[in-house]
Amino acid sequence: MMREFWYHFRNGLLGENPVLKLMIGLCSVLAVSVRVENCLGMGAAVIFVLTCSSLVISLIRNFVPNEVRIPIFIVVISTFTTIVDLVMKAYLPPLSKAMGIFIPLIVVNCIIMARAEAFASRKPPLLAVADALGMGVGYTFVITAIGVVRELFGYGEILSRPVFPRTYQGMMAMILPPGAFLLIGIYIALLNWSLRKVKS
Amino acid sequence: MNTEILTLLKIIVSAAFVDNIILARYIGLCPYIGMSSSVANSIGMGMAVTFVMVLASIVTWVLWNYIFVPLGLEYLRIMVFILVIATLVQLVEILLKKNVPNLYRAMGIYLPLITTNCAILAVTFLGVDYGYTLLQVVVYSISVALGFTVALVLLAGIRERLRMARVPRFWQGYPIVFVATCLLAIAFLGFKGLVK
Repeated sequence: MMREFWYHFRNGLLGENPVLKLMIGLCSVLAVSVRVENCLGMGAAVIFVLTCSSLVISLIRNFVPNEVRIPIFIVVISTFTTIVDLVMKAYLPPLSKAMGIFIPLIVVNCIIMARAEAFASRKPPLLAVADALGMGVGYTFVITAIGVVRELFGYGEILSRPVFPRTYQGMMAMILPPGAFLLIGIYIALLNWSLRKVKS
Repeated sequence: MNTEILTLLKIIVSAAFVDNIILARYIGLCPYIGMSSSVANSIGMGMAVTFVMVLASIVTWVLWNYIFVPLGLEYLRIMVFILVIATLVQLVEILLKKNVPNLYRAMGIYLPLITTNCAILAVTFLGVDYGYTLLQVVVYSISVALGFTVALVLLAGIRERLRMARVPRFWQGYPIVFVATCLLAIAFLGFKGLVK
């Protein structure tokens, strides 16, 4: 059991990384990754929603009639998204403001729906949690990797602490949309390149 | 009267171009990447999105202003809006299949995909957040959908050309699409400052 747990956990980290390999959940990755702080907040929110909804969906998988499963999944996912939204608004108002509409949009984040449909609704709870954690951490890893580069070159800071000397001007392109699109393109190309290298 | 028309014009230009939902706000990227392999497909997708987006924002606006705010049920927003959209998409699909089979054939396959299209949900949230009137919400959702379609068709045109280009090996597929999107986004930055 433990071996299977780790297998599914690792799967989400690299082999089937949701963002770079499966191309899902892109909107929030690009929108939020201006600062590392926001990336970690978004990652935590997605891990929470993904793990809780996977667990619940896996627990009720034998009682859900097949025809109405999608609306039921949506209700479960939106419940946890509402919890995250309200908690963040109450305790972390600046972070909630920075992420804006992308917190409620977790509910249509394709990663969560895809894992619910493809994995959690078919497997026992423990494995569903392993898969959800792996996917969530894989998502957080990619979003943070993009955030580090964007904050470093865009503002010359990491976690709002200056890294470059004061005279650094900041690359506007990194903060604006074009930089985000270019970076994710470079990351996917790099991943393709390294996977090809490992194979040969 | 005059200022009202001016406000509407401002909403159109800013929603369709300055704050283009894909290229400036990063919303709706999944269908943007997934459905842009040919111009014909992207126009079909654009039509379906426009249709559902306008309907969804009208329905959610009415629900929000006449039921949720008076009853103090604002915290149910996420759950209700997504369910409204899911139901609406099903309903539209059934109605089209029955009454307008030609149109259904043209955009039928895109309809189920739209339920999880974040652009639709985002527009319903934003329309409510900005405090628009019903007329403004209709105009706003049409212009957002217009911006979505423009971006989608532009990328589809580029991708059709790209098929004949010799792209370096590791940049084939998604990476080159994102580079093309980057260039499109730079072009759309030119609209910045057009509307105050």
